[in-house]
Amino acid sequence: MDWLFRKGVLLVALSIVGLTLLLAWELFLHSRLPIEKFGWSFLWKTTWDPVGEVFGALPFLYGTLVTSFLALLIAVPVGLGMAIFLSELVSPWVANPISLLVELLAAIPSVIYGLIGIFVLVPLMRNSGEPFLKQMLGFLPFFQGTPYGVGMLTAGILLAIMILPFIISVSREILLSVPNTQREAILSLGATRWEMIRIAVIPYARSGIFGSVFLALARALGETMAVTMVIGNRPDIKLSLFEPSYSMTAIIANEFSEATSDLYIQSLIEIGLILFGVTILIHALARILVYRVTSKVEGRT
Amino acid sequence: MLFLTGLCTLLILSVLCFILSYIVVHGLPGLHLNFFTQLPKPVGESGGGMAHAVVGTLKLLGLTGLIGIPLGLIGGLYLSEYGQKNLIGFMVRYASDLLNALPSIVVGIFAYILIVLPMGHFSALSGGVALAFILIPITIRNTEEVLKLVPASIREAALALGVPEWKMICFVVVPTAGRGIMTGVLLGLARVAGETAPLLFTAFGNMYWNQTILEPVASLPVMIYTYAISPYEEWHQLAWTAALVLLLLILGINFVSRLLLQWQFKK
Repeated sequence: MDWLFRKGVLLVALSIVGLTLLLAWELFLHSRLPIEKFGWSFLWKTTWDPVGEVFGALPFLYGTLVTSFLALLIAVPVGLGMAIFLSELVSPWVANPISLLVELLAAIPSVIYGLIGIFVLVPLMRNSGEPFLKQMLGFLPFFQGTPYGVGMLTAGILLAIMILPFIISVSREILLSVPNTQREAILSLGATRWEMIRIAVIPYARSGIFGSVFLALARALGETMAVTMVIGNRPDIKLSLFEPSYSMTAIIANEFSEATSDLYIQSLIEIGLILFGVTILIHALARILVYRVTSKVEGRT
Repeated sequence: MLFLTGLCTLLILSVLCFILSYIVVHGLPGLHLNFFTQLPKPVGESGGGMAHAVVGTLKLLGLTGLIGIPLGLIGGLYLSEYGQKNLIGFMVRYASDLLNALPSIVVGIFAYILIVLPMGHFSALSGGVALAFILIPITIRNTEEVLKLVPASIREAALALGVPEWKMICFVVVPTAGRGIMTGVLLGLARVAGETAPLLFTAFGNMYWNQTILEPVASLPVMIYTYAISPYEEWHQLAWTAALVLLLLILGINFVSRLLLQWQFKK
């Protein structure tokens, strides 16, 4: 009986590994047509023409990368600031309820963020945000052109709000795992609170913080609904952040259920395969970085 | 600089409060009984509700639970009881981490290839499978963590009485961690309830009641999406109300699960 139980449980556990492998294999199998037809050029061709059956994914890669990068640019400083505030400056009985609230931010589904994006953020950006930026920073190529409201900048801001909870909760945990001797040592040398954080705490937690950033990046790259609803859905590559663009997830969400020919649908699946590959890479990097910090701490105590 | 970090905190909290209050303010006016009892009206007619989508979401959650919970629980059980430090344990852990990090839309594509393609049409079943793939890794990791917390003395006490290993696990270890496991499952379901992307081309959507699990089914998140990008004013109102209902459902599940956990620790 014990033997049977053990084998049964093992079988189920292995089936999960099997399903993950199957997922990768099926994605690969069902994107064979475009892989054979376009090869690597799929990655740098810019035409997306379902009628003429010519597919290139560069505009989507570009849109995904730019919006995710923007999101990190906004979310990392703000999120780190909040993580430092929660872990170093206030006592746990203030910090714990606040981080519970932040988790609430993570529980809101992405389609609701999209709803807020369409009806609040887009008009706001169109009427005041983008004209203001154009006036102040219009000499830069990133802030030129017509302020449509929908576009890469709006998508980036919305994504930033969505990934904040991940950055905050992981960074806070990492900062809390920095040993107190580290803080006491530098305080005893006469450092101020801020110098202590800057010199003794952050460098110690650095690679873990990078890990949290990578985890957030993986979220941002794979985010679908909110981005689809505010990015503007136009497969162009423009330098200006006001311009509408398209992301890898958005093209799949918009066109998958309407794709007719095999090559068309398999091209969409190949975009999914690329997403899959990128996620594996970033996720592995993040794991290694977070693991390095936590194992370092465990090693000392 | 320290002042700045406080400012960051204030900024994020005010964004959160703004989002929540905005949804409540815009969703509340449409929250009548009709929303839960009527089907959508054609464009131009006022009124109508999303009864089918509320039921559809619950149906999908049921299906997801039916497929995902057993697999997740047994997977987690393997990791904590047999797979602490061996190769298979590492593989299972890695696979579930990977599944957890995958964009949900990629999981949707997988469910599409696995079920929609062979069957030839969209179905509630494929939606349930897609969501189950998101639920499984969450349940696995949580179950593992909770089972690991069960003290060795309890296991040893059971074994010392001559109980076979499988009985020890099923009737001593699992019930001890029962509430923690439930909490994890509920949190996973709350996360899955709001997923939209994988449903777009698996469960698809439906303007009427669906009869069997082999037909397309409507769900709240997909309805919010289609109504939000539509050009009609009445539909926008319905989208806000649906958002409020969905949010209440998710926060409600979250609240209940946390309550369960508190209760366990007090005991």
